[in-house]
Amino acid sequence: MSTPNMVLLIVSGLLALGGALGTVAANRPLRAAVALLVNIVALSGIFLSLHAQFLAMVQLIVYAGAVVVLFVFVIMMVGATEKVPRTLRGLTPRTLSLVLMSLVALMLVFGVVYVAMPAQDLPEDYGTVMGLGAVLFTQAALPFEMVSITLTVAIVGALAVGRGRTPKEAEAAKAAEAARQLEGAERLAEERRISAEVSAHGGH
Amino acid sequence: MAVEFPIGIYIALASALFGIGAVGFLIRRNALIQLMSIELMLNAVNVSLVAFNRAHPETQAGQVFAFFVIAVAAAEAAVGLAIVISLYRLKQTVETDSADELRY
Repeated sequence: MSTPNMVLLIVSGLLALGGALGTVAANRPLRAAVALLVNIVALSGIFLSLHAQFLAMVQLIVYAGAVVVLFVFVIMMVGATEKVPRTLRGLTPRTLSLVLMSLVALMLVFGVVYVAMPAQDLPEDYGTVMGLGAVLFTQAALPFEMVSITLTVAIVGALAVGRGRTPKEAEAAKAAEAARQLEGAERLAEERRISAEVSAHGGH
Repeated sequence: MAVEFPIGIYIALASALFGIGAVGFLIRRNALIQLMSIELMLNAVNVSLVAFNRAHPETQAGQVFAFFVIAVAAAEAAVGLAIVISLYRLKQTVETDSADELRY
Protein backbone atom coordinates (compact mmCIF):
# COMPACT_ATOMS: atom_id res chain seq x y z
CA MET A 1 0.00 0.00 0.00
CA SER A 2 1.42 3.37 -1.00
CA THR A 3 2.40 5.93 1.61
CA PRO A 4 -0.19 8.61 0.70
CA ASN A 5 -2.94 6.02 0.96
CA MET A 6 -1.61 4.93 4.33
CA VAL A 7 -1.59 8.53 5.61
CA LEU A 8 -5.12 9.06 4.27
CA LEU A 9 -6.25 5.86 5.97
CA ILE A 10 -4.76 6.78 9.35
CA VAL A 11 -6.02 10.37 9.36
CA SER A 12 -9.54 9.47 8.18
CA GLY A 13 -9.65 6.45 10.46
CA LEU A 14 -8.90 8.53 13.55
CA LEU A 15 -11.41 11.18 12.45
CA ALA A 16 -14.05 8.51 11.85
CA LEU A 17 -13.51 6.99 15.29
CA GLY A 18 -13.63 10.43 16.92
CA GLY A 19 -16.80 11.35 15.04
CA ALA A 20 -18.47 8.07 16.02
CA LEU A 21 -17.57 8.54 19.70
CA GLY A 22 -18.81 12.13 19.54
CA THR A 23 -22.12 11.00 18.03
CA VAL A 24 -22.73 8.45 20.76
CA ALA A 25 -21.51 10.57 23.68
CA ALA A 26 -23.04 13.93 22.69
CA ASN A 27 -25.32 15.61 25.19
CA ARG A 28 -27.39 17.42 22.60
CA PRO A 29 -28.75 15.92 19.38
CA LEU A 30 -27.38 18.78 17.26
CA ARG A 31 -23.82 18.08 18.41
CA ALA A 32 -24.38 14.42 17.68
CA ALA A 33 -25.46 15.35 14.13
CA VAL A 34 -22.30 17.42 13.60
CA ALA A 35 -20.13 14.57 14.91
CA LEU A 36 -21.97 12.22 12.55
CA LEU A 37 -21.10 14.58 9.71
CA VAL A 38 -17.40 14.39 10.67
CA ASN A 39 -17.64 10.62 10.73
CA ILE A 40 -19.26 10.49 7.30
CA VAL A 41 -16.74 12.80 5.64
CA ALA A 42 -13.91 10.75 7.17
CA LEU A 43 -15.47 7.55 5.86
CA SER A 44 -15.53 9.06 2.39
CA GLY A 45 -11.75 9.56 2.79
CA ILE A 46 -11.43 5.90 3.74
CA PHE A 47 -13.32 4.91 0.57
CA LEU A 48 -10.88 7.06 -1.41
CA SER A 49 -7.94 5.20 0.12
CA LEU A 50 -9.59 1.98 -1.11
CA HIS A 51 -9.84 3.24 -4.72
CA ALA A 52 -13.63 3.53 -4.47
CA GLN A 53 -13.96 7.03 -5.89
CA PHE A 54 -17.59 6.70 -6.96
CA LEU A 55 -18.68 5.40 -3.55
CA ALA A 56 -16.79 8.22 -1.83
CA MET A 57 -18.82 10.75 -3.84
CA VAL A 58 -22.10 8.88 -3.23
CA GLN A 59 -21.29 8.80 0.49
CA LEU A 60 -20.80 12.57 0.54
CA ILE A 61 -23.90 13.34 -1.54
CA VAL A 62 -26.33 10.92 0.08
CA TYR A 63 -25.16 10.99 3.69
CA ALA A 64 -23.65 14.43 4.19
CA GLY A 65 -26.03 16.07 1.74
CA ALA A 66 -29.30 14.32 2.49
CA VAL A 67 -29.36 12.18 5.63
CA VAL A 68 -27.53 14.55 7.98
CA VAL A 69 -29.55 17.52 6.70
CA LEU A 70 -32.74 15.54 7.33
CA PHE A 71 -31.54 14.82 10.87
CA VAL A 72 -30.81 18.50 11.46
CA PHE A 73 -34.29 19.45 10.13
CA VAL A 74 -35.95 17.04 12.55
CA ILE A 75 -33.76 18.23 15.45
CA MET A 76 -34.83 21.79 14.71
CA MET A 77 -38.49 20.69 14.63
CA VAL A 78 -38.48 18.86 17.93
CA GLY A 79 -36.39 21.43 19.76
CA ALA A 80 -32.62 21.51 19.61
CA THR A 81 -32.01 22.32 23.26
CA GLU A 82 -34.43 19.90 24.81
CA LYS A 83 -32.76 18.88 28.04
CA VAL A 84 -33.77 15.60 29.55
CA PRO A 85 -32.94 14.73 33.15
CA ARG A 86 -30.67 11.73 33.33
CA THR A 87 -32.47 8.73 34.72
CA LEU A 88 -31.14 5.61 36.35
CA ARG A 89 -33.81 3.58 34.62
CA GLY A 90 -32.46 0.35 33.18
CA LEU A 91 -29.00 0.97 34.57
CA THR A 92 -28.08 -2.70 34.87
CA PRO A 93 -28.99 -3.79 31.33
CA ARG A 94 -27.38 -0.67 29.91
CA THR A 95 -24.09 -1.22 31.77
CA LEU A 96 -24.17 -4.90 30.83
CA SER A 97 -24.76 -4.13 27.15
CA LEU A 98 -21.98 -1.52 27.18
CA VAL A 99 -19.46 -3.96 28.67
CA LEU A 100 -20.44 -6.92 26.49
CA MET A 101 -20.56 -4.97 23.22
CA SER A 102 -17.20 -3.32 23.99
CA LEU A 103 -15.70 -6.75 24.66
CA VAL A 104 -17.03 -8.14 21.38
CA ALA A 105 -15.75 -5.15 19.42
CA LEU A 106 -12.32 -5.23 21.11
CA MET A 107 -11.94 -8.95 20.44
CA LEU A 108 -12.82 -8.39 16.78
CA VAL A 109 -10.40 -5.47 16.51
CA PHE A 110 -7.43 -7.27 18.04
CA GLY A 111 -8.26 -10.46 16.21
CA VAL A 112 -7.95 -8.99 12.74
CA VAL A 113 -5.78 -5.90 12.97
CA TYR A 114 -2.51 -7.58 11.91
CA VAL A 115 -3.95 -9.52 9.00
CA ALA A 116 -2.57 -8.53 5.61
CA MET A 117 -3.18 -9.90 2.16
CA PRO A 118 -1.04 -9.74 -0.95
CA ALA A 119 -2.10 -6.70 -2.94
CA GLN A 120 -3.62 -7.50 -6.32
CA ASP A 121 -3.46 -5.36 -9.40
CA LEU A 122 -6.59 -3.31 -9.92
CA PRO A 123 -8.58 -3.47 -13.15
CA GLU A 124 -8.56 -0.32 -15.26
CA ASP A 125 -12.06 0.87 -14.32
CA TYR A 126 -12.05 -0.25 -10.67
CA GLY A 127 -14.30 1.96 -8.56
CA THR A 128 -14.91 4.58 -11.23
CA VAL A 129 -18.32 5.77 -12.34
CA MET A 130 -17.88 3.86 -15.57
CA GLY A 131 -16.85 0.57 -13.97
CA LEU A 132 -19.48 0.62 -11.25
CA GLY A 133 -22.16 1.84 -13.66
CA ALA A 134 -21.45 -1.03 -16.03
CA VAL A 135 -21.88 -3.54 -13.19
CA LEU A 136 -24.99 -1.76 -11.88
CA PHE A 137 -26.79 -1.81 -15.21
CA THR A 138 -25.80 -5.32 -16.28
CA GLN A 139 -25.40 -7.71 -13.34
CA ALA A 140 -27.39 -5.70 -10.77
CA ALA A 141 -30.09 -4.17 -12.96
CA LEU A 142 -33.02 -5.85 -11.16
CA PRO A 143 -31.85 -4.95 -7.61
CA PHE A 144 -31.24 -1.42 -8.85
CA GLU A 145 -34.86 -1.10 -10.00
CA MET A 146 -36.04 -2.64 -6.74
CA VAL A 147 -34.10 0.01 -4.83
CA SER A 148 -36.05 2.68 -6.68
CA ILE A 149 -39.30 1.00 -5.64
CA THR A 150 -38.03 0.81 -2.05
CA LEU A 151 -37.22 4.50 -2.05
CA THR A 152 -40.65 5.39 -3.46
CA VAL A 153 -42.37 3.27 -0.83
CA ALA A 154 -40.20 4.89 1.86
CA ILE A 155 -41.19 8.38 0.68
CA VAL A 156 -44.91 7.51 0.68
CA GLY A 157 -44.56 5.78 4.04
CA ALA A 158 -42.71 8.72 5.58
CA LEU A 159 -45.42 11.09 4.31
CA ALA A 160 -48.18 8.87 5.68
CA VAL A 161 -46.54 8.40 9.07
CA GLY A 162 -45.33 11.96 9.57
CA ARG A 163 -48.36 13.76 8.14
CA GLY A 164 -50.35 14.22 11.33
CA ARG A 165 -54.07 15.01 11.41
CA THR A 166 -55.87 17.73 9.54
CA PRO A 167 -58.14 19.90 11.77
CA LYS A 168 -61.18 18.02 10.47
CA GLU A 169 -59.67 14.64 11.27
CA ALA A 170 -58.54 15.85 14.69
CA GLU A 171 -62.11 16.92 15.49
CA ALA A 172 -63.48 13.59 14.31
CA ALA A 173 -60.93 11.73 16.43
CA LYS A 174 -61.83 13.84 19.47
CA ALA A 175 -65.54 13.13 18.96
CA ALA A 176 -64.88 9.41 18.58
CA GLU A 177 -62.78 9.40 21.76
CA ALA A 178 -65.54 11.22 23.69
CA ALA A 179 -68.16 8.76 22.39
CA ARG A 180 -65.97 5.85 23.43
CA GLN A 181 -65.61 7.24 26.94
CA LEU A 182 -69.34 7.88 27.22
CA GLU A 183 -70.07 4.32 26.09
CA GLY A 184 -67.57 2.98 28.62
CA ALA A 185 -69.25 4.94 31.42
CA GLU A 186 -72.67 3.66 30.37
CA ARG A 187 -71.48 0.08 30.32
CA LEU A 188 -69.92 0.51 33.75
CA ALA A 189 -73.21 1.86 35.15
CA GLU A 190 -75.11 -1.04 33.58
CA GLU A 191 -72.75 -3.57 35.12
CA ARG A 192 -73.02 -1.89 38.52
CA ARG A 193 -76.82 -2.01 38.29
CA ILE A 194 -76.81 -5.72 37.41
CA SER A 195 -74.40 -6.63 40.18
CA ALA A 196 -76.43 -4.61 42.68
CA GLU A 197 -79.55 -6.45 41.55
CA VAL A 198 -77.82 -9.80 41.88
CA SER A 199 -76.56 -9.08 45.37
CA ALA A 200 -80.02 -7.72 46.35
CA HIS A 201 -81.53 -11.11 45.46
CA GLY A 202 -79.07 -12.96 47.64
CA GLY A 203 -76.58 -13.84 44.93
CA HIS A 204 -78.62 -16.73 43.39
CA MET B 1 6.22 -6.87 -6.51
CA ALA B 2 4.92 -8.29 -3.26
CA VAL B 3 3.02 -5.34 -1.83
CA GLU B 4 0.91 -6.08 1.19
CA PHE B 5 -2.63 -4.81 1.48
CA PRO B 6 -3.38 -4.21 5.20
CA ILE B 7 -7.00 -5.37 5.16
CA GLY B 8 -6.81 -6.03 8.91
CA ILE B 9 -6.65 -2.31 9.67
CA TYR B 10 -9.82 -1.68 7.68
CA ILE B 11 -11.72 -4.55 9.26
CA ALA B 12 -10.55 -3.51 12.73
CA LEU B 13 -11.73 0.04 12.03
CA ALA B 14 -15.08 -1.26 10.80
CA SER B 15 -15.44 -3.44 13.91
CA ALA B 16 -14.65 -0.51 16.20
CA LEU B 17 -17.16 1.74 14.41
CA PHE B 18 -19.82 -0.97 14.53
CA GLY B 19 -19.17 -1.50 18.24
CA ILE B 20 -19.48 2.22 18.97
CA GLY B 21 -22.74 2.36 17.00
CA ALA B 22 -24.15 -0.69 18.78
CA VAL B 23 -23.22 0.69 22.21
CA GLY B 24 -24.82 4.01 21.29
CA PHE B 25 -28.02 2.29 20.21
CA LEU B 26 -28.16 0.24 23.41
CA ILE B 27 -27.35 2.86 26.05
CA ARG B 28 -28.81 6.08 24.64
CA ARG B 29 -32.49 6.79 25.17
CA ASN B 30 -32.87 9.64 22.66
CA ALA B 31 -34.58 8.32 19.53
CA LEU B 32 -32.62 10.69 17.27
CA ILE B 33 -29.25 9.57 18.62
CA GLN B 34 -30.36 5.96 18.37
CA LEU B 35 -31.14 6.50 14.67
CA MET B 36 -27.71 8.10 14.21
CA SER B 37 -26.14 5.05 15.88
CA ILE B 38 -27.91 2.84 13.34
CA GLU B 39 -26.36 4.96 10.58
CA LEU B 40 -22.95 4.45 12.21
CA MET B 41 -23.42 0.68 12.14
CA LEU B 42 -24.51 0.67 8.49
CA ASN B 43 -21.49 2.80 7.57
CA ALA B 44 -19.15 0.40 9.40
CA VAL B 45 -20.53 -2.50 7.38
CA ASN B 46 -19.94 -0.49 4.20
CA VAL B 47 -16.28 -0.01 5.12
CA SER B 48 -15.76 -3.75 5.51
CA LEU B 49 -17.57 -4.48 2.23
CA VAL B 50 -15.41 -2.05 0.26
CA ALA B 51 -12.23 -3.27 1.97
CA PHE B 52 -12.94 -6.92 1.12
CA ASN B 53 -13.73 -5.86 -2.42
CA ARG B 54 -10.33 -4.13 -2.58
CA ALA B 55 -8.69 -7.40 -1.50
CA HIS B 56 -10.44 -9.30 -4.31
CA PRO B 57 -10.77 -6.74 -7.10
CA GLU B 58 -11.71 -9.14 -9.94
CA THR B 59 -15.36 -8.11 -9.59
CA GLN B 60 -16.90 -4.97 -8.10
CA ALA B 61 -19.68 -6.80 -6.29
CA GLY B 62 -18.69 -5.45 -2.86
CA GLN B 63 -18.90 -1.86 -4.00
CA VAL B 64 -22.26 -2.46 -5.67
CA PHE B 65 -23.46 -4.01 -2.41
CA ALA B 66 -22.24 -0.98 -0.46
CA PHE B 67 -24.13 1.24 -2.92
CA PHE B 68 -27.36 -0.62 -2.18
CA VAL B 69 -26.71 -0.41 1.55
CA ILE B 70 -26.38 3.38 1.23
CA ALA B 71 -29.69 3.56 -0.67
CA VAL B 72 -31.54 1.43 1.87
CA ALA B 73 -30.00 3.42 4.74
CA ALA B 74 -31.38 6.62 3.22
CA ALA B 75 -34.87 5.06 3.06
CA GLU B 76 -34.52 3.86 6.64
CA ALA B 77 -33.54 7.33 7.84
CA ALA B 78 -36.58 8.90 6.14
CA VAL B 79 -39.07 6.45 7.66
CA GLY B 80 -37.34 6.48 11.06
CA LEU B 81 -37.39 10.26 11.28
CA ALA B 82 -41.09 10.30 10.31
CA ILE B 83 -41.76 7.91 13.19
CA VAL B 84 -39.74 10.15 15.54
CA ILE B 85 -41.84 13.15 14.49
CA SER B 86 -45.11 11.34 15.16
CA LEU B 87 -43.73 10.15 18.51
CA TYR B 88 -42.93 13.77 19.32
CA ARG B 89 -46.46 14.85 18.35
CA LEU B 90 -47.90 12.21 20.64
CA LYS B 91 -45.62 12.54 23.67
CA GLN B 92 -43.91 15.95 23.31
CA THR B 93 -40.57 14.19 23.76
CA VAL B 94 -38.28 11.94 21.73
CA GLU B 95 -37.09 9.83 24.66
CA THR B 96 -37.82 6.20 23.91
CA ASP B 97 -38.52 5.60 27.62
CA SER B 98 -41.77 7.53 27.15
CA ALA B 99 -43.05 5.07 24.53
CA ASP B 100 -43.53 1.96 26.63
CA GLU B 101 -47.25 1.15 26.34
CA LEU B 102 -46.53 -2.18 24.66
CA ARG B 103 -44.24 -3.33 27.48
CA TYR B 104 -46.94 -4.09 29.99
